[in-house]
Amino acid sequence: MIDIQSVSKRYGALDALKEISLFIEKGDIFGIIGLSGAGKSTLIRTLARLIRPTSGKILVEGIDITQLEGKALRAYRHQMGMIFQNFNLLSSCSVADNISYPLEIAGISKEKREQRIDELLALVGLSDKKEIYPSMLSGGQKQRVGIARALASHPKILLCDEATSALDPKTTREILDLLHSISKKLGVTIVLITHEMEVIRRLCNKVAVIEKGSIVEQGLVTEVFSNPQHPTTQQFLQNSSHDLSPEFIKTLSLDGQLLRLHFRGQSAKEPIISHMMRHFKLEVNILMGWIDRVQHTTVGTLIVELKGSDEAMEKAKQYLLEQNVKCEVLNR
Amino acid sequence: MTGENIALAFRILPLELWNTIYMVVVAMLLGTLIGLPLGIILTITSKGHLKSHHGIYKCLETLVIIGRSFPFAILMVALIPLTRLIVGTSLGTTASIVPLTIAAAPFIARLVETSLKEVDRHVLEAAIVMGSTTQHIITKVLLPEALPSLISVGSLTIVNLIGYSAMAGLVGGGGLGQVAIQYGYNRFNTFIMVVTVLLLIALVQGVQWLGNRAVRKIIEKRGTFSL
Repeated sequence: MIDIQSVSKRYGALDALKEISLFIEKGDIFGIIGLSGAGKSTLIRTLARLIRPTSGKILVEGIDITQLEGKALRAYRHQMGMIFQNFNLLSSCSVADNISYPLEIAGISKEKREQRIDELLALVGLSDKKEIYPSMLSGGQKQRVGIARALASHPKILLCDEATSALDPKTTREILDLLHSISKKLGVTIVLITHEMEVIRRLCNKVAVIEKGSIVEQGLVTEVFSNPQHPTTQQFLQNSSHDLSPEFIKTLSLDGQLLRLHFRGQSAKEPIISHMMRHFKLEVNILMGWIDRVQHTTVGTLIVELKGSDEAMEKAKQYLLEQNVKCEVLNR
Repeated sequence: MTGENIALAFRILPLELWNTIYMVVVAMLLGTLIGLPLGIILTITSKGHLKSHHGIYKCLETLVIIGRSFPFAILMVALIPLTRLIVGTSLGTTASIVPLTIAAAPFIARLVETSLKEVDRHVLEAAIVMGSTTQHIITKVLLPEALPSLISVGSLTIVNLIGYSAMAGLVGGGGLGQVAIQYGYNRFNTFIMVVTVLLLIALVQGVQWLGNRAVRKIIEKRGTFSL
């Protein structure tokens, strides 16, 4: 769908993007994560062709968009939608007129526009706000209007430029869920940039980590999350979870075995720990625990200290495995 | 004496009030016709804007700066040959419209530029990304977004033109300014002078009030509080 081939962007002596190559498939929700100044913003603006790269190609359905001009460029942009951190709605227009704008400039008739506006408002859950002006909406509602506007002309690609960075955590989750359902319902390919691992965790199926203008790691979110290779990725993951560092474990001076248990879906609901204590005569000391959603499945994690005979310990691990609980030893 | 003055006021003031309004309105329309497009071009050719072009921007900016540097009294005199060429005479209300227009146009252009540049760049970017042409952006984004501020520019320009038109009256331009000179200054008729001044105050206040009201209405409707 989108094939980015060694794209570079140079501003004077500064390399904003260095030989970036990415392949985004149809239907992907592709997240690009990086700190500010890493080049993620330049990258998404290049995809919107607000920036023309210094070298490299970007093939969108086989057409190199870096070479587009005038009418052809506008035609490309009509097939693409974009949402922004600060929403960028027209303050002079009502919600309906904001959504109408891309349709109007594409020369679509008034009746068809009206119909489309109603569809989109229903899709983003703002049917009762049709005639209201953007300044009277909350941040989350403004972004919903932004999403409706971006989807107005049935785009194949939706670009999200830090779309949730100006929103509170609860609203962020709502917007991410909306984007997820849109991707499922409409099959739109979504490319987003963010500095929050949480956004990638909840929404994306693929991720690329960008640092100093280069992609340092990329792959399926599930893989990158379970086995991060690059230090930057590890740092992003550490910041986003409440994990124990090895240094910290040493300071605990435990006598038992320290385990990290991963519960997924159904196993999170069974009384596995109490069963284990009773049947294998183990002492279980729960140090910390949390519950999370990765890719729309519930994942529970417990960090526990187990004390008991080696034999009982092995049996317990066997039991955990049978219950579909992944078990990692953290000390030793 | 007072009775005579009142009769005199009724005889001359309605016509001259009309003359002032006529000069100001026509000059305002013509000035906007020149100044608004000029302001738009100044905006979009400025650095980093839609159609950034240093050469065009500098040329037009110089023109605007020169236009605005002339004190109106001098502009009026300097333009007499041009006025004669266009209108055929340099006397009367229609003749005054020429210097008034030429004073208004660069004034409007500069203020329009300032107003349009206040429109959030990110909003323009969003419009570009949606596949807008430059014309779409000007007519559907820039002008509507800046509307309250543009209305203020309009009322400010009209108030200025009322002042200028009075000045035009000093050299035979007609209107309330001429009344003030002929009756108030040359004939020491305080009554006519006072009535003329009151009329000018009412005119200026009326325009200002209407302008402010329109701006307030729009801001209330949009719920935005900054201009």
